[in-house]
Amino acid sequence: MGKIKKAFSSNMEVTRLLVIMFCWLVFVGIMQGKKFYSFNNFLTMSGQFPEYGLMVLGGMLPMITGGIDLSLVGTANFTSIICVYSAIGLFGAQGSMPIAFTLVFFLLAMLIGTAVGCLNAFLVSKLNVPPILATLGVNELMLGLSIVITGGAAVSDFPKEYCDFFSSNIFGIIPWRVVVFIIMAVVIWFLLEKTTYGTKIRLYGTNSHVATFSGLNTTALLFKTYIISSICAGFGGLMMLATYSSARADYGSNYTMQAILIMVLGGVSPNGGKGKVSGAITAIILLKFIESGINRFRSVSTYYVTLIWGVVLLIALVLDYMSAKPKKVKSSPAAKSAV
Amino acid sequence: MKKRITRLLHSNEPYIFMIIIFLGVLVQIRSGQFFTGNNIVDLLSALIVPGLFALGEFMSLISGGIDVSFPALASLSTYAATKILLDTNYQGNVLLAFVIAMAIGALLGAINGFFVGYLNLNSMIVTLGTSSIFQGIMQGALRANQLSVIPSGMSSFGTTAFISATNKTNGLTSILPYTFLVLIVACVFMFVLLKYTIFGRGIYAIGGNSQSAHAAGFNVKRSKFIMFIIIGMIASAAGVCRTCMMQQMHPTNMLGMEMNIIAGVVLGGVALAGGAGTLTGCILGTFLIVMVQNSMILLGIPTTWSDVFVGAVIVIGVAVSAIQANRKGRIKTSRIINHQKEAA
Amino acid sequence: MKDEKLLLKAEHISISFGNVHALKDVSLAIKPGEIHCLAGENGCGKSTIIKIISGVYQRDSGTIEFDGKTISKITPIDAINLGIQVIYQDFSLFSNLSVAENLALNTEVASGNKFVKWKNVNKIAEEAISKINLNIDLETRVRSLSVAQKQMVAICRALMFNAKLIIMDEPTTALTRKEVDALFEIILKLKKQGIAILFISHKLNEVFEISDRFTIFRNGELVVSGDTKDLDDKKFTYYMTGREFENKTFIPENISKAPIFELKHFSKENAFSDINIQLNGGEILGITGLLDSGRTELALAMFGISPATSGEIIRNGKKVTLKNPREAIENKIAYVPEDRLSEGLFLPRSIADNIIISEIDRLTDKGKFNQNKRNDEVQHWVKEMEVKTDNPENPTTTLSGGNQQKVVLAKWLATKPEVLILNGPTVGVDIGSKHDIHLILQKLANQGMGIIIISDDLPEIIQNCSKVAVIKSGKIVNEYDAQSLDESTIINAMM
Repeated sequence: MGKIKKAFSSNMEVTRLLVIMFCWLVFVGIMQGKKFYSFNNFLTMSGQFPEYGLMVLGGMLPMITGGIDLSLVGTANFTSIICVYSAIGLFGAQGSMPIAFTLVFFLLAMLIGTAVGCLNAFLVSKLNVPPILATLGVNELMLGLSIVITGGAAVSDFPKEYCDFFSSNIFGIIPWRVVVFIIMAVVIWFLLEKTTYGTKIRLYGTNSHVATFSGLNTTALLFKTYIISSICAGFGGLMMLATYSSARADYGSNYTMQAILIMVLGGVSPNGGKGKVSGAITAIILLKFIESGINRFRSVSTYYVTLIWGVVLLIALVLDYMSAKPKKVKSSPAAKSAV
Repeated sequence: MKKRITRLLHSNEPYIFMIIIFLGVLVQIRSGQFFTGNNIVDLLSALIVPGLFALGEFMSLISGGIDVSFPALASLSTYAATKILLDTNYQGNVLLAFVIAMAIGALLGAINGFFVGYLNLNSMIVTLGTSSIFQGIMQGALRANQLSVIPSGMSSFGTTAFISATNKTNGLTSILPYTFLVLIVACVFMFVLLKYTIFGRGIYAIGGNSQSAHAAGFNVKRSKFIMFIIIGMIASAAGVCRTCMMQQMHPTNMLGMEMNIIAGVVLGGVALAGGAGTLTGCILGTFLIVMVQNSMILLGIPTTWSDVFVGAVIVIGVAVSAIQANRKGRIKTSRIINHQKEAA
Repeated sequence: MKDEKLLLKAEHISISFGNVHALKDVSLAIKPGEIHCLAGENGCGKSTIIKIISGVYQRDSGTIEFDGKTISKITPIDAINLGIQVIYQDFSLFSNLSVAENLALNTEVASGNKFVKWKNVNKIAEEAISKINLNIDLETRVRSLSVAQKQMVAICRALMFNAKLIIMDEPTTALTRKEVDALFEIILKLKKQGIAILFISHKLNEVFEISDRFTIFRNGELVVSGDTKDLDDKKFTYYMTGREFENKTFIPENISKAPIFELKHFSKENAFSDINIQLNGGEILGITGLLDSGRTELALAMFGISPATSGEIIRNGKKVTLKNPREAIENKIAYVPEDRLSEGLFLPRSIADNIIISEIDRLTDKGKFNQNKRNDEVQHWVKEMEVKTDNPENPTTTLSGGNQQKVVLAKWLATKPEVLILNGPTVGVDIGSKHDIHLILQKLANQGMGIIIISDDLPEIIQNCSKVAVIKSGKIVNEYDAQSLDESTIINAMM
């Protein structure tokens, strides 16, 4: 029992989410019963999150270092656009693409991610530009380049083999996109929990000054971090491509805020130094449950989802506030003044 | 006087100003159209809404926090106000639109103010959440759709010329609508507020060191609360101005502006960490971004390149700013060893 | 004592926070116009009694009389109105505002006005600085001032409210010798004006130099109060720690044949020039100088944090370039920094994380982080350094200053250095831990390590070093063998 208690208290972020999730699941179970708790429903839910889920996985890392990566969506769209144009260039807009070419897509995503990540890391580590501004500018650049290449329009005429494949399910059950997400989740989890990288970035995020004094290679840390983040974004772009069957400069424009919301909800501190994959995934699942539950209430507009996410975030913050209140200094008036 | 000049050289504002002039000259050379009354009026017109948003964000940054909810706040309050006036078939002066929108804005700002001020939560995260909530209310509860028709009072306010300028070359007339006065009034208000009121100095003090501000007697919680109410009101005014000028109210097209506004304010020398920055810098930085966005045509660059250029300006701007700051500060060895942290 | 009129009479004061009895039945008496020093180790309660006197905390029991009046409950504003002013270590100034604003802000806020009259602000500010004849530009932003100037501004602010008692918390920590002299002059001036000063310090020489009477706390209890003229070194140490210490002087036993660390014509613009040093294994070299002598810049250059502009670093006869701390560590050089709170420790992180972070790459197993190796290392060092904690996964904030410093030392020893540089190794450390750390350093030296101690604590230098170099204005002006040393010789060389 003591061990369970310890697991809960050391994972406060996950715990508070589980509490909210439990309440919601009970509520939805009562209101919707079988309709919610059906295999199909879970399947539908799982299909929708890999895009921003990947951005959450990637974006966590810069946040743990005390920074932030606002260039995720721009990188994602740019990646899908480049991939589409490469397919068009090699196989023609109406042609067909060998499915093995998918590997090239992923390779392109990694290359683009590495390039963008290097740019971000260079600005942040070598020039000391605040991450929020550096990645913001880079995002704008990527968005701009995407607009220039596509002329601002959506590109839907291209060989669809990749999209068809990736929107299908492995063994007919689990969507391929979810498989990609799970693989990346394991990778990021491994990095954070099983390698020294995790400890290093958490300490760096706690105090970058001390990190330098302690001999950490802060430049390498930041480059690694922003590169992984951008590669995840690139993969997210590929997922978006599979889902929408088209590429466009401004898809997923609200994914950035969504991702940040999920990260914070999942226990990644915006000040740096904290963050776990388990927290992030719990947050994603919670929000998905809420979204799906709301979608099933016919009379309730899907836009309420946005509202509820905001409310959940505030609730989580208030919970944090109440549990973290330091032992207040006793200021009782001098009860016995005479001795 | 010499001290004034030295202080000036160390700050950002003169450099931004020079960059603006330099770019202006560049555009003038390329197109011959930059320094025309017509173009200046267009630029000033484009500055109105971002400028108002920037003023609010400026105050937030000074206090040490970032507010990302203002576009959603403005959209909601403006939508609600416009809808109310439309539904009641209002025929009167635009003033009522401002009053209603700003009242709603004050309420919405108070929500931000409660969480950030009284509960002392991280301002960027809270406003991220409230931004979602405001959007959700607008698109969910109010089922907002584009309002293609707006009350006549509003539309005439947004289209009546305060100043107009005609281009001799191509005969085009540009007008600066009366909404520009709203920007002027807001600037004056912000200037007086931050420089001449105790409340305003308190915002600077809080941004500098909120514990010391508390010790000095400032009611930090209440100040932040009131600050967010003011920001909500200014943002709402911006929303009304935009609706008046565009003659329609689209619920979502202001969303997403927050980052560029923040970038503009920071480019103007306002520190992200809080406590430092001037109004002049704020407006200059915002103007720079507006200028880049609106000068594409004159440079013969297709508007699709607009974002690339804005992005480049931001990246280069903050990089230069950071390099400059690095040169000034070396690694300072901490000489004060804070025993306070160790003592019981 | 009983028949003299006292300014402050606090008797039988107790206060607890939860289960912690911060103060147990302590008393403090201050005469008007007296300079009184309150000393004690960290955690002894001296900050707590100040906060009680100044109204930040409310005492649980005991009496306070100030200027003849009995005080029952007191808020910070009450304290100010009574004439009690506290100057904390961080001065509580606004670095982003001007000197004038800093001085006038409290008055302006207290006046209840909504609008700021800048003429008024300047008037108030000018009046304030005239009280101690401070020469400073009122428009300057406080962040551009030196520490000493900031302190002067803080004192001016304290004087604005008819202060009768000014409490200063460790005021000399960041001051150079000259600045300390200037401060003491001001304090004497204030004394002449009839203002009493309560001065918190743990530096014996200051107690002797400036105070009339002293009080010592230990573990929340009053140990002794008395006249400074009755105090001496040994008594002071005994009162502070309750123990008598045999201070062991370092005698090198194991000096290597060749130097393991040398600096040749080591220079850095605007910091230090032409530094030449030779350190053999088994030696402890002391480098001492005033705060602005360049000693810290030299330390940072030796470790690669702000590299020198010319000259050579030689390790075991081979020249090396150190562009960053990592390269220094690769060359088996370690550096215990000046300020453990902002340079040495990841404060909110665990003791364990702090210990292993600099050697973390060694704790891997085919790329994976080996938790067993990690935990072994942690156990080893906690035991070796005698860090007082019941769980090394606790954050370092749960440790006392001395134990925190031991963690920093452990972290660096874990990198198995051959050259260990320490900057102010026992600042803010209780006498017990200080003693322990000195013994550890001497033991390490006798095991063959070359150690450089940079410090302005002369007894520490004389006791622990086999040779001493004095640095002044960026140059080494004198070198001494430990045998031929006494404090006055060094002081003369430093000034």
